[in-house]
Amino acid sequence: MRFSATVTVRLRPGIADPEGSTIERAVSALGIAGVSGVRGGRSFTFEVEADSESAATAVAVDVATRLLSNPVIEDHAVSIEAK
Amino acid sequence: MSRAAVIVFPGSNCEHDAVSGLELAGASAELVWHTETDLSGYDLVVLPGGFAHGDYLRAGALARLSPIMDTVAAFAASGGPVVGICNGFQVLTEAGMLPGALQKNAHLKFHCKDSTLIVASSRSVLTRGVAVGTELSIPINHFSGSYVCDEATLQRLQDNDQVVLRYAENPNGSLDDIAGISNDAGNVVGLMPHPERACSALLGSTDGLVLLQAFVGAAVSA
Repeated sequence: MRFSATVTVRLRPGIADPEGSTIERAVSALGIAGVSGVRGGRSFTFEVEADSESAATAVAVDVATRLLSNPVIEDHAVSIEAK
Repeated sequence: MSRAAVIVFPGSNCEHDAVSGLELAGASAELVWHTETDLSGYDLVVLPGGFAHGDYLRAGALARLSPIMDTVAAFAASGGPVVGICNGFQVLTEAGMLPGALQKNAHLKFHCKDSTLIVASSRSVLTRGVAVGTELSIPINHFSGSYVCDEATLQRLQDNDQVVLRYAENPNGSLDDIAGISNDAGNVVGLMPHPERACSALLGSTDGLVLLQAFVGAAVSA
């Protein structure tokens, strides 16, 4: 079976996010009020061939943990969908 | 004479400066391509600055998967002196050979300037024989040099004398003003500043030679 995986990588809470802070200042420079708490991140999508949804999830989590995120500073979230 | 291997990844760009600095410090130095897997005959290993593998994903993240890195890890595990400069420091943290991580600089500032460093430990292979408190003027040139780790790790670094160098004036938001750290044994060091660029009075400072000479002196065999 084929699944599509989405991995979202974000800085862990408490880790300074200079990009997020800069974007937040840019939002207010645009004249948009009331926006706060901007945090950046990255999203990766890929396809996984596996026997079951749980097996596909395990593969995606492995990729997310061992490569796409640095656990010292980042968290990741994985979602899987059958194609 | 000690022999140094300067590892070259696709995207490294300070390897020739590193060779030149190591030679001025009294070693012979050779470039070793990242697909090699043999470091026998070398007494010292340097991971130079640059943008290994384009710094894709995260700075240093893909370089840890280069074939040479298992050999570098084995060399380090057997007590061999290893220093990672700038991008090399990022590679060492991503490879798990040094704790913590290097995050984008505070205020997203790219820094390319002289920095004043204060030696915080004389235990590491890069600072052996250099008195704690010694001030060194050595340039920095980086975007992701803000050292981050959790509280327990920072405590351990401080308790074990693993903070090697601190900035006199913190340029990038690094925790505890950290410019360089070592592993527990002191034989693996990572630092963001570039000692190889401070090896000539003509170029403004020879303070980098102080560190490179200590490093060359730490070679396991001569």
